[in-house]
Amino acid sequence: MTVTLFIPCFVDALYPRAGISMVEILERLGHTVICPEAIACCGQPPFNSGYWDEARTIARPVLESLKAAEAVVIGSGSCGAMVKKFYPELFANTDHAELAKQVSARTWEFSDFLVNKLGATDLGATFPHKVTFHDGCHGLRELGIQKQPRALLASVRGLELVEMGEVSCCGFGGTFAAKFPMISTAMGEVKCAAAAETNAEYIVSSDSSCLMHIQGLLSRQGKPTKTISLAEVLNHK
Amino acid sequence: MSFVSQFKAQAGEKTRDLRHRQFIRTALRGYETARDKRKGAFQSWESARQAAAETKWEAINHLDEHLVALTRQLEARGTKVHWASTGAQAREIIAQILRDKQARCIIKSKAMTSEEIHLNDALEKEGFTVVESDLGEFIVQLRHETPYHIVFPSMHLTRGEIRELFQRELGDAPSDTPEDLTMVARRVMRQKYITADVGFTGANFAIAETGMISITENEGNSRLTAALPKTMVTLIGIEKVLPRFADLALFLPMLATAGAGQPMTCYNTMYSGPRQPGEADGPEEWHVVLLDNRRTELLADTEQRDALHCIRCGACLNVCPIFRNVGGHTYGTTYSGPVGAVITPHLRGLQEWKHLSNASSLCGVCTEACPVKIDLHHHLLQNRRNASASQPAFLEKLAYKIFGIVANEPAFWSLAKKLGWLTQPLHDAVKGSALDPARAWTKTRDLPPMPRETFKDWWRKRMKAE
Repeated sequence: MTVTLFIPCFVDALYPRAGISMVEILERLGHTVICPEAIACCGQPPFNSGYWDEARTIARPVLESLKAAEAVVIGSGSCGAMVKKFYPELFANTDHAELAKQVSARTWEFSDFLVNKLGATDLGATFPHKVTFHDGCHGLRELGIQKQPRALLASVRGLELVEMGEVSCCGFGGTFAAKFPMISTAMGEVKCAAAAETNAEYIVSSDSSCLMHIQGLLSRQGKPTKTISLAEVLNHK
Repeated sequence: MSFVSQFKAQAGEKTRDLRHRQFIRTALRGYETARDKRKGAFQSWESARQAAAETKWEAINHLDEHLVALTRQLEARGTKVHWASTGAQAREIIAQILRDKQARCIIKSKAMTSEEIHLNDALEKEGFTVVESDLGEFIVQLRHETPYHIVFPSMHLTRGEIRELFQRELGDAPSDTPEDLTMVARRVMRQKYITADVGFTGANFAIAETGMISITENEGNSRLTAALPKTMVTLIGIEKVLPRFADLALFLPMLATAGAGQPMTCYNTMYSGPRQPGEADGPEEWHVVLLDNRRTELLADTEQRDALHCIRCGACLNVCPIFRNVGGHTYGTTYSGPVGAVITPHLRGLQEWKHLSNASSLCGVCTEACPVKIDLHHHLLQNRRNASASQPAFLEKLAYKIFGIVANEPAFWSLAKKLGWLTQPLHDAVKGSALDPARAWTKTRDLPPMPRETFKDWWRKRMKAE
């Protein structure tokens, strides 16, 4: 299968290791991967801030470049939700309404694609560490992704998964983190406390943006817990 | 100070208050445990939510018919029904009833609609004595405060704080046990029940089919409020209508489960009229005031109409990480939490209250918790869209326009990343200081180091090599 891999802007700019791991995993499974040069961002920042015209300006070329894609895989639950769930809404009653629906139907979040489309859970990875998993809210609640990453982690050799006592938002929320930093920080601290209670060495997530927030707090507060993307864990030998 | 600056100032204060954070988190985690246990008593909680949402949808989409049916039934048994378009009208209707009755003291049971129209203030200004009989409301009234939470008005206070309050205001509080504190409040209130001229209640549901008002409570104070004074006044938002009596079979346990993690609330009473000939008790007169107060404007909004499904259970507040961290008072509204953030812009003005819709990470836990399936967090998005469309923030819009140009042109995008990498050492020098353009982030959080080689650099190199 030819997989069109959509690498979100912050993964491209800040977490290339996560994107590279996705490419390597998909290729190891025998698929051809392409990453369209024209795609930088899904348009979620203006969309979430209410600037839908500006969001469409960014999203339109994304849709165009995904027009012929057999399968679109997105390395983030948040950007995945944007394309899969919110594009049809954003483009409702426009010339791109039909295309948005078609692309939505062919779009997958990375872990969902591996488990539910490819039926692959054991990727041969080894990661001998105690970890906890953070569900990004968009992946969890907009796309219903919860079991998929856990099924993948269950096959990683040496990995011990300890769940947190509560499922809570990390407090990132895109521009929310800058518009209401005090609330965002408090939410992040609650998240870090829940993760610390598990005594895990690593917090793993499908969403690098959540991890950026969590790691930002952990580093500032000098906490030893580390963060790592799910793709990197699954690509670890 | 504008509403938004007030919100930010108070949010800043509360989020730093670690005692508050821990206290509320512990209380609401206890609620979650109880709620989840009670959800198990439903054959299927998800089907129950679906059924409730459909019933409310029917009720709200035929509100005109249901309200007329309700009124006919109520009037047939001698109840006087009043229609109030605004809060001011409702206040005047209620004040006029009190004047007609030459009332001096009013005893009240819990009603968020009365908070919404600031009834107590208005009545006290006219010289009436108003006594809250719900224990939580009684406590916040003694503190001259608004309710912290729509279901648990005084949940922010410890027993010790309540004891001190009672000692100071009532001169009595032998200990801080709930039993002792309740006995103190009861002694004060019993006197008021006997002397009150008018009893005032809110309502949880109004049944169109039978012309009944359903009131749910845990303390029995509402029953006394309705039973002892000669005149009873009930204020109810028009969205509280349910089509059929049988609907209560679902809504009463659902409200109790979602609201407080209870199988059923302790007292559920249906009122169908004032004392009828031959009956031994009940008020001689019953006035029902139906309140619009811009609910019909929400009804006209086809996108967000389902916000009128709300049964004021508080489930969305309880699970909301924003509410848990900023607390109820910070919102500065009658209805706080996610549902407050959704409806306040409709009830009190979008531009003045849009910040509540912005103050969300859009995590969606509220929508998941809502027993009547209001699409809460998506309504926050719609409020943001409507606010930005009608009154865009110039700089923010410009920033997104520039971002669009950069994101749409690979050469610009590469350049932007390169610049980010190059200026990183400069940023390190001002990080977290007043000179830092990213201070909103860096004051409390580190930024990740920018890698020299981005994903796209790697990809391009690889393509060339092949």
